[in-house]
Amino acid sequence: MMSTVLLETPLAQGVAAVGAGIAALGAGVGIGRIGGSALESVARQPEAVNDIRSNMILTAALVEGAAFFAMVVALLVVFNK
Amino acid sequence: MSYTTILLSKKTRIITLFITVFALSTFKSFAYEPNEDSLKKAAAVAHTETETKKGFDAGKLITEHIGDAHEWHLWGEGEHAVAIPLPIIIYNKKTGLDIFLSNKLEGGEVYKGYKLVENKVVEAEEGLVGVNDEVENAATGNTNNIIDLSITKNVMSLLISAFILLWVFLSVAKTYKNRVGQAPKGLQSFVEPLIVFVRDDVAKTSIGPKYEKFMPYLLTVFFFIFINNLMGLIPIFPGGANLTGNIAVCAVLACFTLIIIFANSNGHYWRHIFAMPGVPAWVLIILTPIELMGVVLRPFVLMIRLFANITAGHIIALAFFSLIFIFGEMSTGAGLGVAVLSVAFTVFMGFLELLVAFLQAYVFTLLSAMYFGAAIEEGHHAHDEHHAHDGAHSAAQIDIV
Repeated sequence: MMSTVLLETPLAQGVAAVGAGIAALGAGVGIGRIGGSALESVARQPEAVNDIRSNMILTAALVEGAAFFAMVVALLVVFNK
Repeated sequence: MSYTTILLSKKTRIITLFITVFALSTFKSFAYEPNEDSLKKAAAVAHTETETKKGFDAGKLITEHIGDAHEWHLWGEGEHAVAIPLPIIIYNKKTGLDIFLSNKLEGGEVYKGYKLVENKVVEAEEGLVGVNDEVENAATGNTNNIIDLSITKNVMSLLISAFILLWVFLSVAKTYKNRVGQAPKGLQSFVEPLIVFVRDDVAKTSIGPKYEKFMPYLLTVFFFIFINNLMGLIPIFPGGANLTGNIAVCAVLACFTLIIIFANSNGHYWRHIFAMPGVPAWVLIILTPIELMGVVLRPFVLMIRLFANITAGHIIALAFFSLIFIFGEMSTGAGLGVAVLSVAFTVFMGFLELLVAFLQAYVFTLLSAMYFGAAIEEGHHAHDEHHAHDGAHSAAQIDIV
């Protein structure tokens, strides 16, 4: 009920855009923290750089996945007009 | 708090100054616009023009390009569009099988009682022949009796990549047979590091000693996703289909992972889901539903991750190109100016997408391998025994040496 009302208003598109923006913010913070911690640990243990790099990329991909969830929802709102 | 305290900070003062100047300058430019009326007229003309010529619709372009189609569009718009027709295979419950090329249905024409409405084959109502009002037919178009088995753009793309994969791996296998004990050569040198990477960094580390059983699936899914991601990045004919960005394809891949988890899961895995050992009974009431949801949720997230990553890549590239035309409709100069920026950004995103193409194949394979590892993991007791056995084995080896 609520969702159909929301979807039928032009407001929904704007809110979807805002939602995508917030999701990007969250992912940005998450990936930034991963990158920062990875750099710190590389500085402490330069010999472990390969392990750290692959784990960093993997974790970043996982964080990205959460952001893409939000993006898919936003896309559904925009395209289901 | 008064305004003076805000203005005391130097930084805030500079920002405020900047905003004020910016605001004034924009107001000024509006106020001193010499021929406001002519601008309004031009805007009105442009508006009517966009209404008659239907303008440039970025949303429609993007949804068309990331979606599936019954033809492989190459270039051109509307009447001048050049596309490769693909076979339409339809099983009609009343009249049986119908096979014909999609160019018979081009431009909303009716052929054998079928027509295309928004890229879907529907049964045309009897008596309605030729070009009709699309909206009316969309309402009357009937798909109840139709099972659409057409070779669409995505299916064609799937067949092409399957062919490429077969060619690559059969030729590499032949080279391995002919060059036993020699250094890798040609395609071998490209494929071998990837296979060794999947074996050593993905399978061995996340599954453990029983990894060999899962290698065929992991390698298949890795190379399938990788090649289709790369094909999606090629803008012209053999590529350009959004196959791994199609949620059905991703869902099938995720289902394979789920089925393999179920087929290989042991009692230990299910005990940890239904009744986590060492957890009080009242917690289990909450924990068990969550764990059960997790069983289905993991492949679901695999599906969404792959789908969204690849679709987002396609949307970003298309959105940057759409910007050129959106600005080009305002004025040619703006279009040209934006074109430089958009092409530069698209090239940058293209490089990023190359990384993503590999990364998503890697992540899908790695997470699948981790789930397999969790499904076949033995209890800690058995694990310790295994280690002890290993130790004894290596000790025996040392003795022999």
